[in-house]
Amino acid sequence: MSPILRDIFLLGLCVGLVLLALTIIGERMRARFPKPDPAVEVFMTRIDSWWAMVVLFTLTMLAGRWAMVLLFAVASFAALREFYTYSSRTRADHLSLALAFYLILPAQFLFVFFDIQRLFAVFIPVYIFLLLPFVSVLRGSTERFLSRVSETQWGLMIAVYCLSHIPALMWLELPGYDGRGMLLIAFLVLVVQTGDLVDFYMGRRSGWRRIVPDLSPKTWGGAIWGIVAAAVLGLALFWITPFGPLAAAAMAALASASGQVGNLVLRAIKRDRGLRDWSHLIPGQGGFLDQLDSVIFAAPAFFHLTRLWWLAT
Amino acid sequence: MTSTHPLRRFAARVTGQAIVLFARAITAVHADWRGVGPSPRQRVYFANHVSNADMPMIWSVLPHHMRLQTRPVAAADYWLKSKLRAFAGGDVFRAVLIDRRPDQRTDDPMAAINQALSDGDSLIIFPEGLRNQTAEPLLPFKSGLYNMAKAHPGVELVPTWIANLNSVMPKGEVIPLPLMCKVIFGEPVALAADEERAAFLSRAAAALLALKPEERA
Repeated sequence: MSPILRDIFLLGLCVGLVLLALTIIGERMRARFPKPDPAVEVFMTRIDSWWAMVVLFTLTMLAGRWAMVLLFAVASFAALREFYTYSSRTRADHLSLALAFYLILPAQFLFVFFDIQRLFAVFIPVYIFLLLPFVSVLRGSTERFLSRVSETQWGLMIAVYCLSHIPALMWLELPGYDGRGMLLIAFLVLVVQTGDLVDFYMGRRSGWRRIVPDLSPKTWGGAIWGIVAAAVLGLALFWITPFGPLAAAAMAALASASGQVGNLVLRAIKRDRGLRDWSHLIPGQGGFLDQLDSVIFAAPAFFHLTRLWWLAT
Repeated sequence: MTSTHPLRRFAARVTGQAIVLFARAITAVHADWRGVGPSPRQRVYFANHVSNADMPMIWSVLPHHMRLQTRPVAAADYWLKSKLRAFAGGDVFRAVLIDRRPDQRTDDPMAAINQALSDGDSLIIFPEGLRNQTAEPLLPFKSGLYNMAKAHPGVELVPTWIANLNSVMPKGEVIPLPLMCKVIFGEPVALAADEERAAFLSRAAAALLALKPEERA
């Protein structure tokens, strides 16, 4: 068995064992209450969704590069759809949005697949940024024009550009790290999601000050616990990364911190639009954007820092 | 219904599944059973009508066993125009076809509807009559809904709002946008003992309009 395959199986086994433990805990809680308890049921639905995601992700890693790019392209499509469903638009934006879904999104992920790094970096933030408002203005309607084109661009930046940095991690061929970029994706997703989870369950305890009192129950204490938990997990998983133990912990802490920022920012957008969740597509978790908000924000920072690390070593 | 060739029936089933899959893949359409549950009672789902995709949308969110006993009421002139449409309308959706041109029709459109209701089928109807292409959220209802309520008092009349479909494919656009849609089922409206036609129709329209999600500027 090749070392990569061995590491994928080992990682899948570890995550599977953790989920198994959580499932057993959940079932025991279920057995303890005579009536179904809502909090326990939500917890169990989430566990079920995680099982599905872990299985899907492991199979994707085994299938290879193309599957990984496709997986995130599909997630990007779903996230963009959630964003545009609630963004400001009029009929004059119809063509711009169609281009975003059917042309720009696939192009960005083809750049990832074919390793076209220059275009990957500038296509959406520069060329599309300049071109798409032109497509909208051709229809002649100036009603709320700036809000419309800004929100269209914002959706592309978040749901396509930033998100595409996750599969782009596969490019970073560090010395002695050939073809192991997929494990780096697993590392990023695991540490960020763990940070979120610990923040969620620790941060609700009383006595800690809220970061944005009117927006979110997220507290400073919870955020710090989340970052610490991510760092500890990063340390434990350093063997799948190109980093040393301490660097892995630092990268995990940083990813979790930027992830929690993303969580708050997207929460503000949801609040503005009067939404609780972006959609219903992932049982127990809401939509794709609810699930991925933190990873989306963490990915570009993680990507660039890893590249810096690579240049420095 | 006349008996059809098994191959044709099979093709209709496959096409039906493909339509459901397509609707879900593009618009992630889902049902919001707000006022009633998805139970197999005999019902008339009356809905707002902005696009030709309205009916397939409602049809797609019904659970499979309910879909089998639910038939859309549709315009014969549209659904008999070509062989393909006749297959879709007749075999896939099993539509109750009515002639909406009063000057040309030979039989009473209510007769076909009454027959379907007496057979125990549920129906999907669009009481505005035509696709609403105005800025108004809902046009005044035609009398069909009242006639059904009067002739079949045991049938539940369920207001059904289709949200967001108008932005998926506005009139005049060719490419559908993949935006999320939702079909909201409200609380059934029943005809009161001595309720007038106009009063009932406007009450039913109000019940439907009340389901419309708030739109922000």
